[in-house]
Amino acid sequence: MRILVCVKRVPLTGGRMVLTEDERAIETRHLGFTISPHEECGVEEAVRIVEQHGGDVTVLTLGPAEAEEQVRDSLAAGADRGVLLATDGREWDPQATAQTILGTIEREQGEGGDFDLIVFGNESADSGNFQVGIRVAHALGRPVVTGLKGLSIEDGRARCEQEVPGGRDVYLVPLPAVVTVLEGINLPRYPSVPAKLRARQKPVETSSPERPESRLEMVRLIVPPGQGKQAEILGTGAEAAPAVVEMMREIGVA
Amino acid sequence: MVLALVEHQDGQVDELSLQALTLARDLAGGDGVEAVLVGDGGREASALLGAYGVACAHVAEDERLGAYAPAAWAQSVLELMDRLEPSGVVAAGTARGNEVLAHVAARRDLPFAANCTQVSGDSVTRVRWGGSLLEEARLHGSPALLSVAPHTVAAGTVNGADAPAVEEFAPTLSEADLVVQVAEHESTVTAGVSLADAKVVVSGGRGVGSAEGFAILEELADVLGAAVGCSRVVTSAGWRPHTDQVGQTGTKVSPDLYIACGISGATQHIAGCKGAKRILAINSDAEAPILASADYAVIGDLGEIVPAITAELRKARGP
Repeated sequence: MRILVCVKRVPLTGGRMVLTEDERAIETRHLGFTISPHEECGVEEAVRIVEQHGGDVTVLTLGPAEAEEQVRDSLAAGADRGVLLATDGREWDPQATAQTILGTIEREQGEGGDFDLIVFGNESADSGNFQVGIRVAHALGRPVVTGLKGLSIEDGRARCEQEVPGGRDVYLVPLPAVVTVLEGINLPRYPSVPAKLRARQKPVETSSPERPESRLEMVRLIVPPGQGKQAEILGTGAEAAPAVVEMMREIGVA
Repeated sequence: MVLALVEHQDGQVDELSLQALTLARDLAGGDGVEAVLVGDGGREASALLGAYGVACAHVAEDERLGAYAPAAWAQSVLELMDRLEPSGVVAAGTARGNEVLAHVAARRDLPFAANCTQVSGDSVTRVRWGGSLLEEARLHGSPALLSVAPHTVAAGTVNGADAPAVEEFAPTLSEADLVVQVAEHESTVTAGVSLADAKVVVSGGRGVGSAEGFAILEELADVLGAAVGCSRVVTSAGWRPHTDQVGQTGTKVSPDLYIACGISGATQHIAGCKGAKRILAINSDAEAPILASADYAVIGDLGEIVPAITAELRKARGP
């Protein structure tokens, strides 16, 4: 199995969203960064499939040069090599992102053979466009199943499970295929110290593609109203219990 | 004219599609809205759409459309797009609504704005970070493709509307459109109150300290007939299964009361519980961000406070 996983670097937002002065980004000077949660599970899923069936995992990201951190984290989680499409830090719209990832996939496949499976997150934590994986699948002419909470490879097919009200829907699709996964499909491992050290030695190829024009063009970000409520303090410690129960009665839940 | 993809099941229209029709009317600006319904029961479901401003319902008829197949649904929409030339195509921002429109966008190389809350001309406002941020954007494509963020727009009715005209059509489906199709449905029977439907949710975060620490939350939930939830930190640590997670990447809940025990209130978590009518925060830190989203708070050790509330409830109910 040759697997590609596409991941995105996103800030670890804390309790409040604070915007930059131009209102076009989140102020991240005091924030750490992480792999967007669904994609973190995508890396884990790919590594597990390769542990079971053999093969290799390539991880790809499109983001600022600093996104090498998320590529290395993926390598520490068990991916074999990385591809970093370095941007100047500006945001790319989903069409531009898909088009550029596609170009890289075609080049990679020309050199190393087709990917049997290409894994995306169902949507990124930050921009949440719900479409990059589907666009790439269409351009490659491959089937795509989205929102997976279960995935297994059986006889050259992918058994794909989605959580829906009342149970699970199952799809059986031939490989090669594209899938998009959701957090909860697995519990990602914590990389060991040796795995982190090995990740530093693994190859990461970096290039700097041109940014196409945005057709979904961000104008500005807005912090929605409603943040900054002031909670009524019902008390401190166990002595507050009667006041809590009184409140529960008033609102009709006790 | 604006074309709206209307989701339905067992002859009933999905509430989120009715909300999407409100935004479809905004986008149409008086030019009328028509609907497309794919899958079994579309004709029955279409009857009530007149009240939501739909003049004509196009019902895709093909025996192969019995089980959901995203590319086949997209093909049905595309055929109508080519024939009717709408100025916009709108769907609900559900898993399927977003998926079908992304297929349509990919096939026509058009931009697609997911989870919008407002539209005016080519300007849209859309949801980011699960609702913790909004984005104003320009959509440079015709027809405009957009989905509507769930529960951000009310499902408004129009006066004096008749049932819509129904037009059946048979989309031209290729083999490739049916490669990805639901092959089986596995039903799961859930014991107890489901997180999504619970009237009260007792939820725990890092402050609960361990998997065992949830025992006192379970007890309180039991007395209240509540469901137990948790934050992402808890599922990442393996203390609770992911099915219990409330948040941007977990379940979105809308109980009458959400009790957040030892939860700091990261935006990722608030995105999942802000639909609650009221939030009670139990936290040792009076400065925790959760207090800015909560209606009530108790400050102190949840290990003492939670059992005290359980005992008080039991006492109040008598033996």
